[in-house]
Amino acid sequence: MLVSILSVIAYLVLAPFIGGFLAGVDRIITARMQGRVGPPVLQPFYDVFKLCEKENITVNRVQDFYVAGFFIFVIVTGGLFFAGESLLMVIFTLTLASVFLIVAAFSSNSPYSQIGAERELLQMMAYEPMVLLTAIGFYEHFGSFRVDEIMQGHSVSLLPLIGFFAGFVFILTIKFRKSPFDISMSHHAHQELVAGLKTEFSGKTLALIEAAHWYENILLLAVVFLFFTNGTALMAVIGVIVCLAAYFLEIFIDNSFARMKWQAALNSAWIVALALGGINLFILIVG
Amino acid sequence: MSYVTKSPWIIHYDGSSCNGCDIEVLACLTPMYDVERFGIINTGNPKHADVFLITGAVNEQNKNVVKQIYDQMPEPKVVVAIGICACSGGIFEECYNVMGGIDKVIPVDCYVPGCAARPEAIIDAVVKGLGVLAEKRAAMAVSHDKKELKAETEVETK
Amino acid sequence: MGTIFFLILFPLAVAIALLILKTDGPRDIIVKAASIIIAVASIVLVAQNFGSGGRYFDVDGEVIGYLMMAIEIALAVFIIYLGFRYRQPLVVILVLVQTPVMIWFETSIGHNITVVNNLYIDRLSMIMVLIIGIIGTLICVYAIGYMKDFQKHHSEDKDRRPWFFFLMFIFLSAMFGIVVSNNLVWLYFFWEITTLCSFLLIGYNGLFHKKNEDKIATRNAFRALIMNLVGGLGFVAAIVILGAYYGTLELSTMLTIGAMGYSVVAPAIFLVFAGITKAAQMPFNSWLLGAMVAPTPTSALLHSSTMVKAGVFLILKLAPVLGWNLAGVLAMFVGGITFLMASFNAISQSNAKKVLAYSTIANLGLIVACAGVGTPGAVWAGIMLVIFHAVTKSLLFLCVGTAEHNIGSRNIEDMDGLFEKMPRLASFMMIGIAGMFLAPFGMLISKWAAMTAFVDSSNIALILIICFGSAATAFYWTKWLGKMSAIVAGKENIQGKVHPEEWISQGTHVALVLIICLTFPLISKGMVVPYLEDSFGSVSGLGLTSNDMLTMCIIVAVIILLFVFFFGKTDKKIVPIYMAGVSEGDNINFIGAMDRDTPVSLRNWYMEGYFGEFKMNVIGVVTTSVIIVATLGMVIGTIVGGM
Repeated sequence: MLVSILSVIAYLVLAPFIGGFLAGVDRIITARMQGRVGPPVLQPFYDVFKLCEKENITVNRVQDFYVAGFFIFVIVTGGLFFAGESLLMVIFTLTLASVFLIVAAFSSNSPYSQIGAERELLQMMAYEPMVLLTAIGFYEHFGSFRVDEIMQGHSVSLLPLIGFFAGFVFILTIKFRKSPFDISMSHHAHQELVAGLKTEFSGKTLALIEAAHWYENILLLAVVFLFFTNGTALMAVIGVIVCLAAYFLEIFIDNSFARMKWQAALNSAWIVALALGGINLFILIVG
Repeated sequence: MSYVTKSPWIIHYDGSSCNGCDIEVLACLTPMYDVERFGIINTGNPKHADVFLITGAVNEQNKNVVKQIYDQMPEPKVVVAIGICACSGGIFEECYNVMGGIDKVIPVDCYVPGCAARPEAIIDAVVKGLGVLAEKRAAMAVSHDKKELKAETEVETK
Repeated sequence: MGTIFFLILFPLAVAIALLILKTDGPRDIIVKAASIIIAVASIVLVAQNFGSGGRYFDVDGEVIGYLMMAIEIALAVFIIYLGFRYRQPLVVILVLVQTPVMIWFETSIGHNITVVNNLYIDRLSMIMVLIIGIIGTLICVYAIGYMKDFQKHHSEDKDRRPWFFFLMFIFLSAMFGIVVSNNLVWLYFFWEITTLCSFLLIGYNGLFHKKNEDKIATRNAFRALIMNLVGGLGFVAAIVILGAYYGTLELSTMLTIGAMGYSVVAPAIFLVFAGITKAAQMPFNSWLLGAMVAPTPTSALLHSSTMVKAGVFLILKLAPVLGWNLAGVLAMFVGGITFLMASFNAISQSNAKKVLAYSTIANLGLIVACAGVGTPGAVWAGIMLVIFHAVTKSLLFLCVGTAEHNIGSRNIEDMDGLFEKMPRLASFMMIGIAGMFLAPFGMLISKWAAMTAFVDSSNIALILIICFGSAATAFYWTKWLGKMSAIVAGKENIQGKVHPEEWISQGTHVALVLIICLTFPLISKGMVVPYLEDSFGSVSGLGLTSNDMLTMCIIVAVIILLFVFFFGKTDKKIVPIYMAGVSEGDNINFIGAMDRDTPVSLRNWYMEGYFGEFKMNVIGVVTTSVIIVATLGMVIGTIVGGM
């Protein structure tokens, strides 16, 4: 009980710092890969603070409410995960948060927001089967959906769940919004859809979205960590290293691929979910 | 301490430029000059931008567009006119279809002459623009405080 | 027991009264009064039996049995006449097979079987009684206002509203009969009455019209009739097998035999088949799509919250004898495949009623699959799905009906700016849509439980189906939700023209949705878990712990409070949306080519290439037909072989 409360508080307090720091590291590594120097590592924090200093404008009376809902429920999702709750509850609450963001974009009735929102919705449909199957994979192996019970499991689940792990890392590209699947709100795509989903958000609202993404990224990395935990300090360290490696892998993929069409995102994510998830599931159930 | 100068996001618009200055602006983003070192990101959305980089002169067709993009940027904001066409109309100043430099439509904070303006000059102008931005931000904060104070004293005196 | 007879006979009396009354005033009063009485009676029935958990009634069935037979024969003659008049040979053939076989059975083998308990009530029936009594009557109240507009739009036709309300109340009576009949012959009787009501209501604009016959309505009505008669044939087969080989006509006895370890697959599989046709599972889904031509109250009452629920109700009742046998396999796979393909179909539809219809079919498929799995956890999920779906889907149909009458279209793409034109209606629709798929509302809870149940059953196909189907479900609902939420400038509020009855009905629905989302742990503990204990003997493997349920309720409360206190409140400066610098400033128009004012129009994605109706239906119909033919064939083979 105490452990979960402490974990939740640690998450709520530390996640934005770690998430923002990782975002800064992301930009520096990307810059170095492109032969540039890159911004200072604290740049994402400067961005968020600057956004808070801008004039307060909005396009209608409801979109800030929806964005606030998105932010609140991202934090709730992370909180539920670190409190040890059921993985399915975590996934469904994250869907709730994502729907809040998508509806915020739809509410503005702006052409660029609409494109971004539809694509974001498509991304959600693309990664959801794999995410659900990952949770089911943990259940098959540990006998429980609950994060606290999975953490108490004394075996490293990477090998029995290798298909789910590979599939989950695949769809991380979509969740981290990296090329080739950064189709809904990438600022690199501003020739194509201005700012996509984020077009009509500015100032503090946009700052909230950035912060929420940091919280979400830490949550996603924590799921990767779950594949390695077995209660020992050694595996915990290895888990963290793999998380950072996965993050680096996503940056590498981002810089290696051009952005693709939405069909590529949907096709590849669903085929991966069916193949890797389905086969691993078959092995776990029948084996 | 204002963070506006540490994270200036730009929006770049081509008024009627021959694209020479535009290419130089984009060159600033390349590894050779790398303005991301200053936290600069090229966003295409006025609602996200702090610095408005314009090239090319103003004419009847684009004057409303320029005005609209400028209006849609939230405060504080600065405008940097890049290239001599943006400063004063350049060699096209006397043409029947050209109204003149950008300052005929919106207030300009920094002028970068040149044809085409060099990336070093553009970066220099943006840095000067950041100084103006910091001043505007300070003024904004003061007037915001003054408004709050005024509202408080009004309540007290009632 | 008096309450049960009251609930069956009172709507019957009301129906006859409404058939005779021709004027609006008295009709409005009678419908509203009758609705309140029926709703109260339903609650009374539940209150009377809540403590005991239900009981059996050994009503003397002889007179009632003969009465039912007489009515069946009369209705058969009526349908054969219609089959000839409208040149539908299949209808005639089906009735000529079904009714004589039934009469033969009832007078020979059936006559010699003693039925101990003709009627019963248990907790699942109580839940259904509440749904029929409260939701059903709310829809009738809504219909008062709706049909006034309907008559205005069809003013050159004869006013056949007496016939409409007559059928609605006959239907309510028959539905009560279905959920309290323990005697399968009686259940069959009420079942066929609902088939007939559905047929006549779908054909409301087509049958018996001397001029202005809507031929599509007539055609769709007969399609529904034929498919439901095929199901009825299955029902008859089940009764004959049960009577001839097991010597009983009682559902409870059949379940007891199954619980003792003997196989009751043969009658069970035919009953499952009957349920599948009534619940419009693939390959029988086209009748429900076609039924959407009926007036919206019909779609809400019959084709989403009640009649189709009768089909899944029967299969849920059979759940203890399903599982990994032929009957259970039929339910699991037909249900699962229907859920997946119907969810995909809904993505490519822009007709609001078709989206709702496909969503209904998909959710019914999920319930059927849960019943097929046959574990307490799965049946828990199935029952919760029934409850939440009945209320929420009914709300959505009523809202779409009102929207259609006021904006002149039932296409989602024409609902632009509904939030400005009819804010209350749009808000109700948003609550309904969110309630259908979003955490922490009830449908999601049920889907969560279903997912856990499928995983525990180790049915790999169902696990994959529910993962992909859930993703598709979120897609089509969110894009509609987004359309509803859009703040579009320049629309005037036209809400004033909506009838008060429509607001009352929809408002009550919304309140009910929120109440059951907040109190579902109590519903689970008080009604569903005891029912599972009675039916299965033990309750283990429920998908959600009480901790989980409590967390979800808290989140519901938080969401409600957030909306109540903070929605629409901002003191920020309002600025126009971005249109690449050429906006006119009114958020609608921009300066387009040739300096023309061009309005922006935004459309959702439909992805016909991926989820086109024809492709999805072909896949669904073919796979489910193969499964039906295979499983039924094996059972028939066993029966014939054993003869």
